[in-house]
Amino acid sequence: MVDGAQRQLPPVTALAVAALIVVLAGGIDLAAHLPRPAPLGPPVAALAVAAVTVIAAAVTLARVRDFAWHTFFLVGGWALAAYLVIAGMLEFVFVLDHTPGGLLAVLSLMLAVFAVDVPLLLAFSVARYQPGPAAGAAGAAGAGTAPPP
Amino acid sequence: MAEITDLARPAGSPGPAAPPGPPPAIVPLAGLPIVGVALVLLVVAIAGNWLWALDFFHIVGGGLWTGVDLFVGLIIGPILGRLSVPARVEFAARFMPKMLLIMPTLVVMTLASGFQLARHLGVLDVAYPRHWWLTASFIVVGVMTVVALGFLEPANLAVLFELRKPAPDGALIGKLMRRFAYTAGITGLMQIATLVIMTRITTW
Repeated sequence: MVDGAQRQLPPVTALAVAALIVVLAGGIDLAAHLPRPAPLGPPVAALAVAAVTVIAAAVTLARVRDFAWHTFFLVGGWALAAYLVIAGMLEFVFVLDHTPGGLLAVLSLMLAVFAVDVPLLLAFSVARYQPGPAAGAAGAAGAGTAPPP
Repeated sequence: MAEITDLARPAGSPGPAAPPGPPPAIVPLAGLPIVGVALVLLVVAIAGNWLWALDFFHIVGGGLWTGVDLFVGLIIGPILGRLSVPARVEFAARFMPKMLLIMPTLVVMTLASGFQLARHLGVLDVAYPRHWWLTASFIVVGVMTVVALGFLEPANLAVLFELRKPAPDGALIGKLMRRFAYTAGITGLMQIATLVIMTRITTW
C-alpha cells in the first residue's frame, strides 16, 4: 500500500503558494499607488502569472491517477464556498466604493484567482495524506483474502 | 493507536487511558449561525457606511485577531511543542475546529471594515511619505495571508482529517502541529508590526 504521506506528488503546494504571493503582490502594488490612479500594467502581469500558475497546479494535479479525489473535492467544494463568500464581501466593498471600471476588472479577476487558488491549496493539503482509491482497493482485497494456514 | 494512548497514560495508572477521539466535525456547525450573523451585520455596516459599526468591527475583529495570533503563537505554540504526541492530538481535536471557524471570520471582519473605514475617514488619500505606513500595513497583511493560508490553515485542516482516520499517524500529526505552532508564531510576531503601524496611523 502506498502511504498518502510518502507518495510522490506534483509541487501543487509550491505552485499555489507562488500564485498567492504573486496575486497579493499585484493587489499591494495597486493599493500602494493610492490616492493616485495606479498603472495597471504590473498588476495585470501579476494576475496573468498567478492565473497561469494556478492552472499549471490544477493540470499537473489532474494527471495524478491514484489520489484521494473524493476528499479533494469534498474539502475543495466547501473551501470554495467559503472563499467565494470572502471574495464576494471584498468585491461588494469595491463596487460600493465606485471603483473605476478597469481597476475593478483587475481587482475582480484577482479575487477570482484568490478564491480558486486557496481552496485548491487547502484541498490538496488534506487529500495528499489520505489513501487513494488503489490503496483502498488493496485494503479491501486484503480484507477478503483468506488467512494463510 | 495503542502506542499513542499508552504514552498518554501516567505511570502506575490502573487502566488504559481513553483514546483521544476524533473531532465530531471538521467545522463546528453550531458556530455557523454566529458567523452568518457577524457577516450580515458587516455587510449592513459597509452598505450604510455606518461609522460606529465599521469602527466596532475593525477594532473588535483586529483586536481579537491580533490577540489570538499572539496568544497562540507565543504562548500556546511553545507549550504545544513540548507536549507529548497524544496530548497534542487531544488538544488539536478540540482546538483546531474552533480556529477553523474563528480566524477566517475575524480576518474578513477586520479587513473589509478596515478598508471601508480608511476610505470613509480619508486615510487612504494621504500622500507619501505618510502613505508608506499604509503600504507597510498592506505588506504585513499580505505576508500574514501567505503564511496563514499557505502553511498554517492547510496544516490545521490536514490534522483534523488525519484525526478522523481509524489509525491516525501520530508522527504526521506531530509534524503538522509543529508547522502550525511555528507559523502561528510568525504571524504572532508580525501582529506586533501591525500594532505599531496601526497605532502610528491613528496618531497622525
